[in-house]
Amino acid sequence: MDKKNKNNIIQKPCSRRTFLKGATAGLASLALPAGNADASVWEAFFQKHFKEMDDDEIQSVIKRLQKEYADNYGVNFNIKNTKPLEGTLFGYGLDLSRCIGCRRCVYACVKENNQSVQPQIHWITVLRFKKGEKYVSNFEESEAYYAPKEVPEEGHFYMPIQCQQCENPPCVKVCPTQATWKERDGIVVVDYNWCIGCRYCMAACPYGARHFNWGKPNRSREEYNTETHYLGNRPRYKGVVEKCTFCIQRTREGKYPACVEICPVGARKFGNLLDPNSEIRYCIENKRVFRLKEDLNTSPKFYYFFAD
Amino acid sequence: MLNVLQPVKNFFVTVKFLTKGSKWYYGWLAFLLFFIVFGIISYIRQLDQGMILTHMRDQVSWGMYISNFTFLVGVAAAAVLLVIPAYLYNFKPIKEIVLFGEMLAITAIVMCLLFIMADLGRPDRAWHILPIIGAMNFPNSLLAWDVVVLNGYLTINTIVVFYVLYRLSLGKEYKMSIIWPLVVLSIPWAISIHTVTAFLYNGLSARPFWNASILAPRFIASALCSGPALMLVIFQIIRKVSDIEIADTAIFKIAELIAYAMGINLFLFFAEVFKEFYSGSVHLAPMEYLYFGLHGHSNMVIWMWLALIFNITAFILFLRPKTRENYFTLNLACTLIILGVYIEKGMGLIVPGFIPSTLGEIYEYSPSAVEKSITIGIWAAGAMVFTLLLKFALPVYTGKLRFKTGSE
Repeated sequence: MDKKNKNNIIQKPCSRRTFLKGATAGLASLALPAGNADASVWEAFFQKHFKEMDDDEIQSVIKRLQKEYADNYGVNFNIKNTKPLEGTLFGYGLDLSRCIGCRRCVYACVKENNQSVQPQIHWITVLRFKKGEKYVSNFEESEAYYAPKEVPEEGHFYMPIQCQQCENPPCVKVCPTQATWKERDGIVVVDYNWCIGCRYCMAACPYGARHFNWGKPNRSREEYNTETHYLGNRPRYKGVVEKCTFCIQRTREGKYPACVEICPVGARKFGNLLDPNSEIRYCIENKRVFRLKEDLNTSPKFYYFFAD
Repeated sequence: MLNVLQPVKNFFVTVKFLTKGSKWYYGWLAFLLFFIVFGIISYIRQLDQGMILTHMRDQVSWGMYISNFTFLVGVAAAAVLLVIPAYLYNFKPIKEIVLFGEMLAITAIVMCLLFIMADLGRPDRAWHILPIIGAMNFPNSLLAWDVVVLNGYLTINTIVVFYVLYRLSLGKEYKMSIIWPLVVLSIPWAISIHTVTAFLYNGLSARPFWNASILAPRFIASALCSGPALMLVIFQIIRKVSDIEIADTAIFKIAELIAYAMGINLFLFFAEVFKEFYSGSVHLAPMEYLYFGLHGHSNMVIWMWLALIFNITAFILFLRPKTRENYFTLNLACTLIILGVYIEKGMGLIVPGFIPSTLGEIYEYSPSAVEKSITIGIWAAGAMVFTLLLKFALPVYTGKLRFKTGSE
């Protein structure tokens, strides 16, 4: 081997992947303001699917995200990756005879889960019906944008709808990139860093539970909830789909979801379906219960019931 | 050595050839380029500010892009209506023009892919949908199937077209032993691209308007009307602007086939209308919205009736040999069918799937300026691709363009 060739050994052969990495980073740096054009651009681009990463890789991604969020929002976030608890299958109950349609749950959810305020995203929709209407089979008779002086209004009843955390979720089945899946504790989650924003899941969901970031998600700096979970309430991106996760950041720590905690009339119940002594099991076993759109066979883990 | 370099040299000869043309040619390309640039600027704005610049929202989460995508998958699949008589029945007049049908299929698929890219919230992550390097959800997601069948169809047609042109450009006959298996494969594949696209919507139980088993057959019937109608118009233009000969019998035969397809299309349509309106369940709502309006919302009503009138008129014109073989009425019928199916299969199929929404809301969608300009840009890009393909194919076909082979 001559001298010239020896020197060349230092120059590693340029594989297709490294070439792509370099080319993308180069292109991306053109599109970004100079200060941001660091290594994290291509790290973000080549980030693996959440389920394909080991714990170390997830930790390094979390570190990168924390830095990215601190740069973008001027706030330090804590991003956890709490795993599902053993022997847990979360279920939700909603007492329609108690709900007064105040929508405190809607706003508690926005606050807890760092939803975009401008443009506005709500994970919970509260429908108002006139008494006597076909509420289960025909939502066309309902009104989602009611604005009374006082609730509850005479002659009306209310029906909050959010992600039903289906046991057989159509959104997961249709996702072309496996960016959404059902966790062992029954929570359907989205990896916001893997979603390509095709919105097929939104077409598939029978409950209008999935929401898309049509614009850049915005809220004021002080309003951010910095206690987050990777699969839950961390700040979102423009162009990806998001959804209710039963407040994964709270419930996996043994707390109630924010909507349950805020409800002033105690219409909302939450617990472990596998625990025979849980409140949710009591409601299912002792009340008149129904689930939404049962004919579609999605098998929601969200139970509507009437206490009286 | 010469043999290796020759194809490279031929490539540059081709590129050089493509840049040379008449005043009309330059004018046409400039005209298209104007709209392409216009579309690119709008797309950059959409990337920068997000899809909020479109009028799609959570209630109607697919709009004009997916509508155009759906229509164009039909145009691509329609090449099969030329391939079958050309290769299976060896019908000579059509065999002479089947290549142009395959080129239109290539163009339509390229446009489909562009529309998909325009519709993605995060196009930078499009590689996630690919097998192996991404995490393609195969076989569960019909969108993954669509990626496979569309790209497969693009590959098959590209190989056939370029192989034939390459052989012809060297002054040699193409080998049927190479073409035949690809052509045989392309026939079910063409049906499959449209079936899979129909199943994409069909499989969603949340959307009763799409969840009807008649959807895929209706898709294919309407595709076999609009695609060939577009081809008939293009063939006449080709015949005018070049010295290639396209026999009247080929055109009239295709027109006859369109008449049958339209008959089936209308029958399937009435079958669906009957089922919805006679049973009158709550699933009727989207159909009611389309043709009569729902709770006072009636943006689409006029368009749907117009599409229906267009389709029926075109059907009658195509059915009668007298009007089918008169170029004025033939072209009128082609235009009516293209417009009719574009309305019915585009916005008339995608949007009502979302109206009323799963929670009963009626959000009336109509495309925004950004959506319209990106759409026009992609159509212009399609026209550009087809023009360049023709610019190369026509002189090769007529024998005016011949490459030197390396061995000579």
